[in-house]
Amino acid sequence: MYDKFTRDSAVSDKPANQGAALDENEGAFTRFLRATEIDARLLGMIGALLIIWIGFHLYGHFVNGFAAFLKPRNLWNLTVQTSSIGVMATGMVLVIVTRHIDLSVGSVLGFCAMFMAIMQVWVLPDILGLGHPMIWVIAVLCGILMGTLIGAFHGYLIAYLQIPAFIVTLGGLLVWRGAAFLLARGETIPLDDENFTKLGGGPYGAIGETASWIVGGLACAGILFSIWHSRRQRLRFQFPTKPMWAEILLAVVGCGLAIGFVTLVNSHPWPKGIVKREIAAGNIDPNGDLFISHGFAIPVLILLAVGIAMTFLATRTRFGRYVFAIGGNPEAAELAGINVKWVTLKIFALMGALTGLAAVIASARLNSATNALGTFDELYVIAAAVIGGTSLAGGLGTIYGAILGAVVMQSLQTGMVLIGFDAAIQQMVVGIVLVLAVFLDTLYRRRSD
Amino acid sequence: MSTANVQNIKAEPLVELKNLSISFGGIKAVDNASMELMPGEVVGLLGHNGAGKSTLIKILSGAYKRDDGEIFIDGEKATINNPRDAKAYGIETIYQTLAVADNVDAAANLYLGRELQTSWGTLDDVAMEAEARKVMGRLNPNFQRFKEPVKKLSGGQRQSVAIARAILFNARILIMDEPTAALGPQETAQVAELIHQLKKEGIGIFLISHDIHDVFDLADRVTVMKNGQIVGHAKTEDVTKDEVLGMIILGKCPTKAIPGPGAMEESD
Repeated sequence: MYDKFTRDSAVSDKPANQGAALDENEGAFTRFLRATEIDARLLGMIGALLIIWIGFHLYGHFVNGFAAFLKPRNLWNLTVQTSSIGVMATGMVLVIVTRHIDLSVGSVLGFCAMFMAIMQVWVLPDILGLGHPMIWVIAVLCGILMGTLIGAFHGYLIAYLQIPAFIVTLGGLLVWRGAAFLLARGETIPLDDENFTKLGGGPYGAIGETASWIVGGLACAGILFSIWHSRRQRLRFQFPTKPMWAEILLAVVGCGLAIGFVTLVNSHPWPKGIVKREIAAGNIDPNGDLFISHGFAIPVLILLAVGIAMTFLATRTRFGRYVFAIGGNPEAAELAGINVKWVTLKIFALMGALTGLAAVIASARLNSATNALGTFDELYVIAAAVIGGTSLAGGLGTIYGAILGAVVMQSLQTGMVLIGFDAAIQQMVVGIVLVLAVFLDTLYRRRSD
Repeated sequence: MSTANVQNIKAEPLVELKNLSISFGGIKAVDNASMELMPGEVVGLLGHNGAGKSTLIKILSGAYKRDDGEIFIDGEKATINNPRDAKAYGIETIYQTLAVADNVDAAANLYLGRELQTSWGTLDDVAMEAEARKVMGRLNPNFQRFKEPVKKLSGGQRQSVAIARAILFNARILIMDEPTAALGPQETAQVAELIHQLKKEGIGIFLISHDIHDVFDLADRVTVMKNGQIVGHAKTEDVTKDEVLGMIILGKCPTKAIPGPGAMEESD
């Protein structure tokens, strides 16, 4: 896919020495990309995703006689399953951009989840009294704080004691998994606080039809505002603007995607069993409409919020600028007066905080904290960031790319479960896809340089 | 009045390096080096590869931490432990290696570490780009590629970015380590023009170069280093190029120069 795009641009490069003829001869596709300022990689990733989705759907249809992938129910589940990995992948982008790596996120997730569960079930009820409404809030905050501290500690070892991140976090991978086991002596701790488990999704952990439309409306408003704002800024300083048709196209596509997403999550209804239970409990009128939409799951909203916040952090703040400058040239960044060590520590602390948040989502989704929670997550998170275009050589990467990468990884995973592949084959496919993605990426960069 | 003023300024050096030493793994890269810089003065620092010029200057710019010696700025003892400290004293450096972040654009590089922010605390990219256009217009009027990562620029354009970054923040002391190494004749002339202009503004400049002709054209004084030691200081008008070459190659100090610890012992 990437291949095709680069070939297009290679063709358009050829007439470069014909001077004025350049714009005329430029491929229509290249011109389209230039006008809209859409990254070719982004389109490539969306294309890959569509191929994966349609491929699994058709495979199910023809081979198993049961096509389940492109059903609202599966896609809704897919969004929920992506959340935990997606949240961590946004942080992993910054880690990899600065030429580091974090192999410990899976274990830290397990440790934070266990820590939160213990706070929630064993410690806080003794202090606040059983069933106190603040218990889950405090537990969540403690979990995120614990993640932050662990991340900051890793960051300290890496930045100030100059131990390579690979080693520090490889050690962390073992240490925190072991620590999670010791915390509860290997027990699984069930979590039954209703408000807490809502954070993991499920019928009760979704916001329903109306609220989802409100979210969709806000998203459309945000898209329109940002297009208008960026155009106004460029006009103010007389910088070149995009052509009007490109602005309108981007607005239409952006809002269309938002509305489509809302329609999708609203077309997945509550299961019959739950509807019956609610009717029995007198919460639903049995003669009314029994098609009750899930709407957006709460973890998906968390992921969207994290994605927006991290994009803002990476592109609009000093911290983000420093992260990319350090990734591009650490020595230059230091000479420019950036406190590289302190920024590195903060990056790992942020990674830890996001891992803590992912631990909330993961344990709330399972309704329990187990010792094995988050095993192998580090690989999925790194794969998501790398598939999303984060360069292991540093300096390049986007948050939206990492989230899309997480969707790709999760699509492969659920797709293979749906069509009944063995766990062994699943692992092999995921591994091969990762290597292939990095290869395509290398190819893409070599040609575009 | 103005003469008195000039003398007054002359009386106090902008920078005074006293007995600086630094060693790496037992090798004295800079050994007991002292020199000074007046406001509006250009001092050329000459020497072979490995003579210790860049190392000496990197102590001043905060990239290296000295083992011994003192730095005075405006007659007061200065504490310089990292590049941020140096910048706080108005010391800006153009490094030989350019030291730009390749993956971000020219404006981001100009403001690296000192970004302009909006009242919301976010990066003010448009304002930075507007300022970047101004300062780059002064240095390299043809430069238009503000949106592209610096990686895509030519050597000369990257050099202009590095120079622009140093003059953007009203430096008082400018260190230029081989500023014209990557430049063509026209751009070299622009840099020379710039140095004259900055000199008039009273900025003190350390000019490090291999190219003795460059230095003779631009510098008021030269300081020569050899094997980490200072061979001597001389006014450019007092010495010939051959004599300076003798200082560089043999460490032989001509009569009109002030010898340093690295000067060859007179054999007669």
